[in-house]
Amino acid sequence: MRPAVLTGEHYMTGDVACAEGALAAGCLFFGGYPITPATEVAERMAHRLPEIGGTYIQMEDEIAAMASIIGASCAGAKSMTSTSGPGFSLMMENLGLAVITETPCVVVNVQRAGPSTGLPTQGAQGDMMQARWGSHGDYEIIAMSPASAQEIFYLTIEAFNLAEKYRTPVLIMTDEVIGHMSERVIIPKAREIKTVERVKAKGRKDRFRPYAAGDLGVPPMANAGDGYKIHVTGLTHDEMGYPAMTVEAQYAMMDRLVGKIRNNVKDIIRYEEFMTEDADFIIISYGVSARTGWAAVEEARARGMKVGMLRLITVWPFAEDKIRELAARVKGMVTVEINLGQVHLEVERCVAGRVPVRLVGHPGGTLISPDTVIQTIKQEFGV
Amino acid sequence: MTIAQEAIREATSHPLDDLLRTERIPHIWCPGCGIGTAFSSCLIAMKESGIDLEKTVMVSGIGCSGRGAGYVKLDSYHTTHGRAIPFATGMKLANTDLNVVVFSGDGDLFAIGGNHFIHAARRNVDITVVCVNNFNYGMTGGQAAATTPHLAKTTTTPLGNPESPFNLPLLAYAAGASYVARWTTLHARDLTTAIQEALANPGFSFVEVLAPCPINYGRRNKEKPLDTLRLFQDKSIIKNNAHPTELDVDWEKGVVLGTFVNNPRPCSTDMYDKTCRLEEKPEKKTAA
Repeated sequence: MRPAVLTGEHYMTGDVACAEGALAAGCLFFGGYPITPATEVAERMAHRLPEIGGTYIQMEDEIAAMASIIGASCAGAKSMTSTSGPGFSLMMENLGLAVITETPCVVVNVQRAGPSTGLPTQGAQGDMMQARWGSHGDYEIIAMSPASAQEIFYLTIEAFNLAEKYRTPVLIMTDEVIGHMSERVIIPKAREIKTVERVKAKGRKDRFRPYAAGDLGVPPMANAGDGYKIHVTGLTHDEMGYPAMTVEAQYAMMDRLVGKIRNNVKDIIRYEEFMTEDADFIIISYGVSARTGWAAVEEARARGMKVGMLRLITVWPFAEDKIRELAARVKGMVTVEINLGQVHLEVERCVAGRVPVRLVGHPGGTLISPDTVIQTIKQEFGV
Repeated sequence: MTIAQEAIREATSHPLDDLLRTERIPHIWCPGCGIGTAFSSCLIAMKESGIDLEKTVMVSGIGCSGRGAGYVKLDSYHTTHGRAIPFATGMKLANTDLNVVVFSGDGDLFAIGGNHFIHAARRNVDITVVCVNNFNYGMTGGQAAATTPHLAKTTTTPLGNPESPFNLPLLAYAAGASYVARWTTLHARDLTTAIQEALANPGFSFVEVLAPCPINYGRRNKEKPLDTLRLFQDKSIIKNNAHPTELDVDWEKGVVLGTFVNNPRPCSTDMYDKTCRLEEKPEKKTAA
């Protein structure tokens, strides 16, 4: 019988590393539904969860999978599901339920090329805007994008920690290449892994206000069975959690719901700069495409071009301030992503015309070659 | 408390007040609606069954019946349309100490949520589903549902329903539910007993409650509030263990009520523990 944290050096795929990260973070419930290229996450969890006292269930569809993880989280278990494009679409309504009810959970999207059934076995990054805006209504979301099997292990732990800290669903937006590629993954000792638990309700049970702001704007959470007799609804609600069908209630609820993310972006946003200090040109990339970016920076530097990269680890909320700061001191930027321009639109918005911004992207199915990036910089910026 | 105050309290209190969010009353249900009766039966059953109410949860979907979760003073979850059952499934599996009751309507559970119903029954998830069947979508003004009788008028079947309705107990039986019963809101005591039995059954239990919707269904089908109750009285046939194929809702030939399935079998978590947890069994971790 293996422990939750498989300390040691492994050779595993991104999908498996993602599952191991979840277990290391304390995940005890997984509601799954098979879909290429995310199936291996569910398979690993089906194998591993019962070993550590957790529960795997294969639901009847992705709508049910998403509903089940919200229910499990409300009952107190850290919970997760994984999917790809078509299933991600089906999860969108209940993703909104997790947002409005402030239920911590983690959703992994191992992206493949779309739309619709698309290229099920080939990677893409075409769901990035869906990750941002896929469920109806206004909301803020946290989405992270790992660039290796090792990183998906750590980011899945981070995703659970942020979900618990901010009582919000967190998305891991990976892709087929990271999901299916085997790499070295080092899993540290259990005591070296920092895990975060939701702030629990305390005090008099008859006076508890389930949606009154706590630290960081996040309300302490009572789980089902804790004795607080809370009401939780997807309707607009007041601090008691009761439906409140008024404009004032909508303002107050949304203000806090959106504010708890927007006011804490410094704590939430993670990015990494690579040779940006003296760069004239900046590559903005994330996930598997950042590997294209690294190779392109090294190749460009070898040719004497001053190119650097900003790698977005948290894609949502967007690293607006960082991009504005870079835009003030470089000559141009390229966004490298496997889609026809999604995060690119956000880069353009933040750069706001201060320097030229170009997209290096394609509709999916393969990676972007570093040469294409270098050629684009040469042609577009005349270096 | 003065005698006058005591009298007022007596006059305005309700025997189920301890299980109600009284500050949320008045409720949204129309005069003549059957949901209140079904809801009362459900609460009385919960109370009388002796289950730990601190560990009892009500989960609802969307619609008039779905508002039940908003009035019960228990941990209560008002989820998305059709998804109460998979939500409840996750909840029960994550903490098997919880008693999980789904209280929702026919449109929610059997049209948009039909897929989840059959799979939860197949798995024999240890939850109790109480379905208030008022033959239409009441909250949105009376549209055709998966339970609307053939030829009945609704706002989306103005000339009569061309389709046939589900026989819900047959569906539950065929999908594997280990407890299945049907009563009407007129049979409140039998209904309460059935819900108590359902709560006691260690598996997937289904109780259908036929209920009047005078405002949206009755009005369009020449049924005054009392007419529907009269149908429930005159045209119902109590027959426990009736074969599920005999349970069509056809008031011409009479509608069969009773307990049709009461065959406990190992529930989903028992089977999971037995099948998936290896010999050196770790304790099932109950969510903290």
